[in-house]
Amino acid sequence: MAILSKPDVPRFSVDVHQNAFLPEGAGEVHAVVTVTATGGGAPRDGVAAPRPPGRGGGPDAAVAIMVDCSGSMDHPPAKMRGAREATAAAIGTVRDGVRFAVIGGTHLAQEVYPGAGRLAVAGPGTREQARQALRRLTAGGGTAIGSWLRLADRLLWSQDVAIRHGILLTDGRNEHESPERLASALEHCAGRFTCDARGVGTDWEVGEVTAIASALLGTADIVADPRELAADFTAMMETAMGKGVAGVALRLWTPAGARVRFVKQVAPSVEDLTGRRREAGARTGDYPTGSWGDESRDYHVCVEVPPAGVGREMLAARVSPVVPRPDGSADGLGAQGLVRAVWTDDLAASTSIDPQVAHYTGQAELAEAVKRGLEARKAGDVDGATARLGRAVRLARLSGNADTAKLLSKVVDVIDEATGTVRLKTKVAEADEMTLETRSTKTVRVKRRPHEQ
Amino acid sequence: MTADTHRLSACPGCAEPVEPADLYCGACGLNLASAAVPEADTPTVALRTRDDAPPAAAAPGRTGARSSADGGAEPTTDGYVLQPPAPRAADPRASVAAPAAPRGADGQACVACRAGRVDGDGYCENCGHAQPRERDHMEQESGPVAAVSDRGLRHHRNEDAFALATASLPDGTPVSVAVVCDGVSSATRPDEASAAASRTAADTLREALPRGTHPQTAMHEAILAAARAVDALAGEPAGAREHAAQQNAPACTLVSAVVADGLLVVGWVGDSRAYWVPDDRSAPARLTEDDSWAAQMVAAGLMSEAQAYADERAHAITGWLGADAYELEPHTASFKPDRPGVVVVCTDGLWNYAEAAEQMAEILPADAAARPLHSARVLVGHALDGGGHDNVTVALVPFPGPGTGAGSG
Repeated sequence: MAILSKPDVPRFSVDVHQNAFLPEGAGEVHAVVTVTATGGGAPRDGVAAPRPPGRGGGPDAAVAIMVDCSGSMDHPPAKMRGAREATAAAIGTVRDGVRFAVIGGTHLAQEVYPGAGRLAVAGPGTREQARQALRRLTAGGGTAIGSWLRLADRLLWSQDVAIRHGILLTDGRNEHESPERLASALEHCAGRFTCDARGVGTDWEVGEVTAIASALLGTADIVADPRELAADFTAMMETAMGKGVAGVALRLWTPAGARVRFVKQVAPSVEDLTGRRREAGARTGDYPTGSWGDESRDYHVCVEVPPAGVGREMLAARVSPVVPRPDGSADGLGAQGLVRAVWTDDLAASTSIDPQVAHYTGQAELAEAVKRGLEARKAGDVDGATARLGRAVRLARLSGNADTAKLLSKVVDVIDEATGTVRLKTKVAEADEMTLETRSTKTVRVKRRPHEQ
Repeated sequence: MTADTHRLSACPGCAEPVEPADLYCGACGLNLASAAVPEADTPTVALRTRDDAPPAAAAPGRTGARSSADGGAEPTTDGYVLQPPAPRAADPRASVAAPAAPRGADGQACVACRAGRVDGDGYCENCGHAQPRERDHMEQESGPVAAVSDRGLRHHRNEDAFALATASLPDGTPVSVAVVCDGVSSATRPDEASAAASRTAADTLREALPRGTHPQTAMHEAILAAARAVDALAGEPAGAREHAAQQNAPACTLVSAVVADGLLVVGWVGDSRAYWVPDDRSAPARLTEDDSWAAQMVAAGLMSEAQAYADERAHAITGWLGADAYELEPHTASFKPDRPGVVVVCTDGLWNYAEAAEQMAEILPADAAARPLHSARVLVGHALDGGGHDNVTVALVPFPGPGTGAGSG
């Protein structure tokens, strides 16, 4: 396997946290795999300093901003104004030399700038032209997000670049195309570019926005107040400009007879990748992770191996970040982690749980409890919602997830945090509930030893 | 040893040339005794490998460490029945895996599944099983002294270590040195501790004795030097592992014997032991006193030996080499045996299966002084037959040493 060693490509490292010891007859191996990338991409100075066009700093990149221009964006008018300002701010953050385009989205997708199926090259002139073009953005029409994504895909692939990224803003439901059309667009675009998705206001569907971000390996969030859009767009674009390598997959080798129970990203947010495996040769599969800049992500890997006798040691999984090529081969990124299984008759060794594994098991349960709790609440199941959200409150406390705890406290009255005793609030702001739902998959890393109750 | 009808000229696992006396392949660790079953007769018979014995199949013990002349590789002793090659051998790997197939020079075949090759990390790229490591089974013969160390059947690595040395006193009298160490499993990197301690102690003795240092003084110094070597490991960064408050610093036991000019000197810390077994089997004796909970209870008269050793704390050691040892007390003792014999220097992995000196004398072959390596293998085999619950290491030091009264017996 060739090793990628371009200057822009970050250096990867892999750390494995696990208790390798298993009791006799057991075969389920858990590990938290931390993948860290450093030293890649462009300097993230926030402001695009004037640089010679072309390959200033960082890899060739292309970004497409998709702005919802449906009729509802004028109600209130602050939404359209906020979207315009946010897009202008994001364009201000685009590094010189990076290709960009702005798409206005209604029931159709329209090229707002530069047009004619092209991408503009970022520079002082094109940024100003783009700002002028944004003034002409007006609200009117429906919402067909699949068509926006397909246009973004065409534009982003009109140039040969290393990194392709989209930013999508919507304020309403995907009402003017079938769910199947959106799903097929997502399927088409998956692996071709990454995309962050934002919902502004409270009339959009959390499930739709999170599904877009999930399929396209980006982030999802709510921006309830249109005035906060500019800051959010700027931050998203800065992150996109920091990416150094795209199309990274987590390659997992497992021994003959083993079964991969699951592969989940667990930090910075929970994302189950199990179903996205692409076979990559004997006993090997790739799980997509998208683009990487300077960042660190944690994955919880669970593999079931055929049990061996006490005293035996087995390699249960080999984990390595790679960039798969279309022909099936792959470029390695120079790092790998080994997940081991060692059978012992020492019960003290085999019964202890690795703190990282315990922590993220709790975090995943927390996300699940919030999701189920809100579903029950919507369905009018007060008892079910109270029980699940109460459990979520307790899990959030145990694992030190203060952000989720705070969001939960806007939906339930916490009577006893330690036992998870809560009462559903009778009046809940829609924005608060949507925020909790959108952000429920966000996790925190291990800060302290999780205690047992 | 394997001088039977099934002698191999090359390892069937990796094509490494083997010597007639080899029990295991030096490159891949394959048990040659069991692999030597004629392949043509039993083409689909499961191959058995030395470290594959599951506890259930361990019953009569492995013959691997013993002579295979007494019955050869009977199929049940080495356990781990492997799948015969799949009949549907469409997969080219399957044909490569067939025992008779020639093997290329690249990548050794896995000793567990025989279907995969070993990757750079020492695991099979097919079944993932860790391959035998060099330390899993070690043998050495040095002059009249020999030692064997084995991982045993229940531990995933060998944390024991030994070192042998020969030297001369200033007057030219030859000296035999053996050091055996047992890594403390509850500490970090016990395997490194035992390796460092045994090597350092042997080196110290080899340098001190030719200078005329009294063997007992040299032994004392050797133990202190070994302790410093183990202490030094604690200062080294051990990956990301932090120094927890508990006994996390590398630690090990040590037992050593020096035979020089009619003198037998032993030194020890911990619960590894030395036994004296005279050739005529009159009055065999244990030469060391364990630094262990049970021994202390007995010594203090608080419990009978039977009571003390039945307690679950019996084997908790009260003395060891390592940075967190409270106070190092090297024990040394000198003896002047009046007849020839053999000093058995071993870890608890052996003496758990022959605790009393009389038992040790019983299992030690009569010709141990003449064939120390063979006899060490026999002792290790005894421990493995008994269950091999711990790493097993034994060194045999004949007395008197070479050149002095060699004509005895």
